[in-house]
Amino acid sequence: MSGIPHDHYEPRTGGQKWLHSRLPIVGLMYDTIMLPTPKNLNWMWIWGIVLTFCLLLQIITGIVLVMHYTPHVDLAFASVEHIMRDVNGGYMLRYLHANGASLFFIAVYLHIFRGLFYGSYKAPREVTWIIGMLIYLAMMATAFMGYVLPWGQMSFWGATVITGLFGAIPGIGEPIQTWLLGGPAVDNATLNRFFSLHYLLPFVIAGLVGVHIWAFHTTGNNNPTGVEVRRTSKEEAERDTLPFWPYFVMKDLFALAVILLVFFAVVGFMPNYLGHPDNYLEANALATPAHIVPEWYFLPFYAILRAFTADVWVVQLANFVSFGLIDAKFFGVLAMFGAIAVMALAPWLDTSSVRSGRYRPMFKWWFALLCVDFMVLMWVGAMPAGGIYAWISLIASAYWFGYFLIILPLLGVIEKPLQQPATIEDDFAAHYGAANTTPAE
Amino acid sequence: MIRNITFSALAAFALAGGAMAAETGHTPIVEDFAFSFEGPFGTYDQAQLQRGLQVYTEVCASCHGLKYVTYRALGEEGGLGYSDREIRAYAGQFDIDDPETGDTRSRVPTDHFPSSQYEGAPDLSLMAKARAGFHGPYGLGINQFVKGMGGPEHIASILIGYTGEEKEEAGTTFYENTAFSTGWIAMPPPLSDGLVEYADGHPNDARQLSEDVSAFLMWTAEPKMMARKHTGFLAVVLLTLLSSLLYLTNKRIWAGVNGRKGHPAE
Repeated sequence: MSGIPHDHYEPRTGGQKWLHSRLPIVGLMYDTIMLPTPKNLNWMWIWGIVLTFCLLLQIITGIVLVMHYTPHVDLAFASVEHIMRDVNGGYMLRYLHANGASLFFIAVYLHIFRGLFYGSYKAPREVTWIIGMLIYLAMMATAFMGYVLPWGQMSFWGATVITGLFGAIPGIGEPIQTWLLGGPAVDNATLNRFFSLHYLLPFVIAGLVGVHIWAFHTTGNNNPTGVEVRRTSKEEAERDTLPFWPYFVMKDLFALAVILLVFFAVVGFMPNYLGHPDNYLEANALATPAHIVPEWYFLPFYAILRAFTADVWVVQLANFVSFGLIDAKFFGVLAMFGAIAVMALAPWLDTSSVRSGRYRPMFKWWFALLCVDFMVLMWVGAMPAGGIYAWISLIASAYWFGYFLIILPLLGVIEKPLQQPATIEDDFAAHYGAANTTPAE
Repeated sequence: MIRNITFSALAAFALAGGAMAAETGHTPIVEDFAFSFEGPFGTYDQAQLQRGLQVYTEVCASCHGLKYVTYRALGEEGGLGYSDREIRAYAGQFDIDDPETGDTRSRVPTDHFPSSQYEGAPDLSLMAKARAGFHGPYGLGINQFVKGMGGPEHIASILIGYTGEEKEEAGTTFYENTAFSTGWIAMPPPLSDGLVEYADGHPNDARQLSEDVSAFLMWTAEPKMMARKHTGFLAVVLLTLLSSLLYLTNKRIWAGVNGRKGHPAE
């Protein structure tokens, strides 16, 4: 399976041979767990295991929560309070699930930005990147629908605003919106289908995660240098890599334990810190909250959605060129999805032959600015629209697109990259000193 | 990451000064009370919760409800800690139209508190978690994180925030209140000095009554807080231990490879 030469599973006993010739499942597990992994991976390569943990945590806590939850507009809010008050350990299950979503998104953003800095999206890992983006989209859909289920004020109004986005599509928008909602407005039909899909999508994500892992196990991991593992012989490959077990399993588990320490502190001591207080008020179609704010992990893209108002010249130009088909609302929707699309297209927009940002002196600064930009978008997404915030979100949105559409293609041409190490072994030796290179038995 | 957050926070302050205040024309003033349940080790003060229940029963309950709270919860650990008999006696004061028999009977511990009496008086079960006293300034959550400010502060600030000014709009009287989001609230000032007499002779000025009932409403919103903090503390201790062990394991495993950390493996 893997392109990196390494030892494969050899069935020894009669029983092992019998199974292996019928179903090579032990071999598959062996190859997966013993995958040769670049030995210079740094601490930014731990998010994969955190994400896997999050997915499991969400599925397990979610399945138990479903046992006590009632998906009906008259009963949903009260059933969540029933979980919080009467179900044994229910408050913990719910807080783990709600904050688990936040941990999931913190990890996925760090994972994505890790990939953006070290050029993990570049050939031959484009498919891994694209599948990752699909996982991210599925995560957003799942989280959005999950947030509707408690049927609080932000659940209801968030659902109203976000499904309203589909209504912005010219011509077919309104029928699509009605079809999604199961009626003219967010109501019981909406709650029920969101409940159904919120249960389904995590398993779709689990499937995509399997393919994601399969893809990068085929190409091998990227690493901080971006230099590929030598594959001419097993001996050479072994000087650049270490088996995933036990080296990276233990390293990842240590990192996971530290992250869970922080996570449980948040769940135990301030579980509502990341939530919106208005969601402790039951949904009321007659009372619109002063500010409708999505969960923090949607804020950067929500800010982009709101940034393009009718007075922005790009919007006016688009409106003119499309003979009025693209109005400000539709432009905002296109911009929001476009912001994710340009990120997904990074493998083809980045023209640099150097993979890792470590050896790209100009790229480094633009990338740092992108990180700041992301935080600014997140913050401005929570602020009321208009005034100075409109300008901030417009500038920040422009930079997001500029980074992917202008800076990445240009840098590859004008930037003079630094000298990269010849091999991963050299990089590792430079970091730790040329030491004993044989793995411990 | 942290540096980025700090940076954007600073940028936010620099650019957005005063924009929030301009928006509604009124900046709610939420005072920081020193509640016993703040911080990771904060606990409910049982005597204060019991006083708060008394204020709620004698004052708030004439309009507001607590429909998500059961009487039996008054006996739960980490809460008011009443005995079975006391709960039975308390619940028995209130009547309910039994939906099964259609008759009116007195309430029992498994019943819920009554709902609100008036459309305009919101249910208070979750109010201490539903009020955003804690997300300012600029939505960064600093007040909550640093000062432990939250919904109870908001409720207590409203209760003592009346200025004495009144105005009438469309047949409704509004009372000026420094803590309310719009500055004018429809609820008349509910508390005054000595309005509720505590059995143990505890001070009962309006400020004390406000604090007590706010603490009680925090409990109604988050009755499992003490158990939750206890679990959180236990989890943090165990994960510290696990992290340390994994750190040492990891160090030992890698020692043979990078040749500098820990003892090389045999």
